[in-house]
Amino acid sequence: MAILERPAIYEGTRIPSPIPTVLQVPDELREGGDILQVNFGPNHPSTHGVLRLIVDLNGEEVVGLEAVIGYLHTGFEKNMEQKTWWKAITYPERIDYVAFQNNEYVFVAAIEKLLGLDIPPKAVWMRTLLNELNRLHSHLVWLGTSGLELGAISMFWYAFREREQILDLFELVTGYRMHTRYFQAGGLAEDVPRGFYPECRKFVEWMPKAIDDYEALLSRNEIWLERTKGIGLLSAEDAIALGQSGPVLRASGVDWDLRKAEPYLAYDQVDFDVPVYPNGDVYDRYKVHIDEMRQSVRIVAQCLDVLEGLEGEPWIVDDRKIVLPPREELHTSMESLIHHFKIVTEGYRVPEGEVYVAIEAPRGEMGCYVVSDGGPRPWRVKFRGTSFVALEATATCMSNALVADLIAIVGSLDTVMGEVDR
Amino acid sequence: MTEPWWISLIKAFLIINLVMLAFAYTTLLERKLLGRMQLRYGPNRAGPYGSLQPIADLIKLIRKESFFPSSAIDLPYIVAPVISMFTALAAFSVIPFGAGWHLWHWHVDGEIANVSIALIVVFALGSLGIYGFIIGGWASESKYSLLGSMRTCAQLVSYEVSLALSVLGVVLMAGSLSLVDIVHKQGTTIPYAAPQVIGLLCFFVAGIAETNRAPFDLPEADTELVAGYHTEYSGMRWGLFQTAEYINMITLSALMVTLFFAGWHGPYAPLGPLWFFLKLLAVVSIFIWLKATLPRLRYDQLMRFGWKVLLPVATLNAVVTAALVVAF
Repeated sequence: MAILERPAIYEGTRIPSPIPTVLQVPDELREGGDILQVNFGPNHPSTHGVLRLIVDLNGEEVVGLEAVIGYLHTGFEKNMEQKTWWKAITYPERIDYVAFQNNEYVFVAAIEKLLGLDIPPKAVWMRTLLNELNRLHSHLVWLGTSGLELGAISMFWYAFREREQILDLFELVTGYRMHTRYFQAGGLAEDVPRGFYPECRKFVEWMPKAIDDYEALLSRNEIWLERTKGIGLLSAEDAIALGQSGPVLRASGVDWDLRKAEPYLAYDQVDFDVPVYPNGDVYDRYKVHIDEMRQSVRIVAQCLDVLEGLEGEPWIVDDRKIVLPPREELHTSMESLIHHFKIVTEGYRVPEGEVYVAIEAPRGEMGCYVVSDGGPRPWRVKFRGTSFVALEATATCMSNALVADLIAIVGSLDTVMGEVDR
Repeated sequence: MTEPWWISLIKAFLIINLVMLAFAYTTLLERKLLGRMQLRYGPNRAGPYGSLQPIADLIKLIRKESFFPSSAIDLPYIVAPVISMFTALAAFSVIPFGAGWHLWHWHVDGEIANVSIALIVVFALGSLGIYGFIIGGWASESKYSLLGSMRTCAQLVSYEVSLALSVLGVVLMAGSLSLVDIVHKQGTTIPYAAPQVIGLLCFFVAGIAETNRAPFDLPEADTELVAGYHTEYSGMRWGLFQTAEYINMITLSALMVTLFFAGWHGPYAPLGPLWFFLKLLAVVSIFIWLKATLPRLRYDQLMRFGWKVLLPVATLNAVVTAALVVAF
């Protein structure tokens, strides 16, 4: 394929990827005049929101591809610079609106790193648990929509049945179904409510059966295999060159998971496997997602075991300069009142410095780069959007693809446009 | 012993309306069944159990403005849905649904028209109906419609071959192309589903492709081509396309019941049309069930399957049947 040749534009430049992210129509085809240029999106049933793909078709075959982004640009990063640190926590969740708690955590972790806080174990374990539940949530949404896009319409409702349970759990813990804003710099916003553990336990017991159901519907379905195997090939070298991470990278045979490579939270204390598949096609990405869901359930179960022993422990650090004082103290303590007033109005100050924190979000390495000038607001916030990076691999995956494969491939890369455009 | 022309006319009028009603309630059945299979309820607001939903849909579609793209070619654009609808309705006229009755001193046939080459008529009308889809997509002057049209063209033409070949076994066994004769023959022997099981499977698969149903619903694969050939249609023009498609499915199911499941003959009671209706319902439900379960095939896989698997199997089935019919 012409795509692997290094175009002159990359020679001597500092553009990191030698692999073009646009699929060019070969000249001889262009001259033939049989190319049909079609706009897929921004309004199209399967573009995951507002992705626009300008596709050149030679009959049914995709010969040219260019992704146009920016239709969902919301200016999250700039907005965050205008908000105090603790108010800015609400923004990252809305960037990748499917993996909200992971995004929330990565920003909170960056603040905590700047502040040098030591988080109480209960908060650490609860964050691990919620991050994994969120991974399940994200993968379920992916599975449902991918199934829908390949015509397995019922998959959508089956996946959303369990997603609904997860959202119910989030609501039970945080009072909100999505965009929970439950992580506070220093720990959790509230204690874990009574009744969460048994409900979560029920879910943990149910979920493996549900995953078996999905696999029964898809994994041995001849049409599903035909549609996914050998489609959208991405080699390990290309995946690394394109900066891929998460399920896309692991489906290309690279064993790289930040939860193992650079453990954060309680990931070094829980037992789980990282699924890696060698072929780099749509089917392997599907398998990675399915296996990761099983592993997430395992992690959630282990977190529950620990958390049930931490009943009554503190859920946030006892640092009045950063953490809001308990409500009841406001009526009796002048100092608490002042702290409360200062944090709510001005916000806490974060020491000068810059920090990069990366976590393994459901879509891969979610990075957060924060610069503080010592004031109550972040001076600069920048996210490494995994979907944005994954989208760059679209053209590379699109070798010898038909229109139907285009849909399968874009779906398998699991892009969330909110995160691409930010 | 032929029926007078005015009885045929009344019967035709009744059957057309019954088929339209069947179409309306097939949509409801589909939405209800799909809903149940997908952990939902389906329509349940209009009337008890949503039973007035098709009527509500119809009113909505008729009242909707039927605008069309300014670049569309007027006449073909408007005529296309009519062609599809006409051929879909016409094809049902040769399907026998009962043994025939004596009302007072007139004889009433169990079908609208007893044609001696009924099977060929059904296929011929089916082929003509394809023109509606192709012309409609082409006249819309839209890229998605054009792609949808191309797919329709290729898919329906290729699968029609297998469809016709798959019923050859039945024709050979019955020794007739008349659907009435085929049903009579099955009434005296056994339903041809048993001896012609391969033919039945081929017919079923090709039939799904012929009627654009999942997993062969490529011409209107919503996640790829938005809506295929009828992307630019709205209002009742779109409704006519949709009607044509569902009636095609009903006709095809009826044909399947007629050819392989002994039509109006039933095992216990001589219920006639009721047996026919029940069998039809079962076949249509299987169509819907498949839609809920199977992912969509890809274009090249579809063509490969049609020409390399289905066609040889159907041909072989016909040849073997012919040899056996001659031998015994």
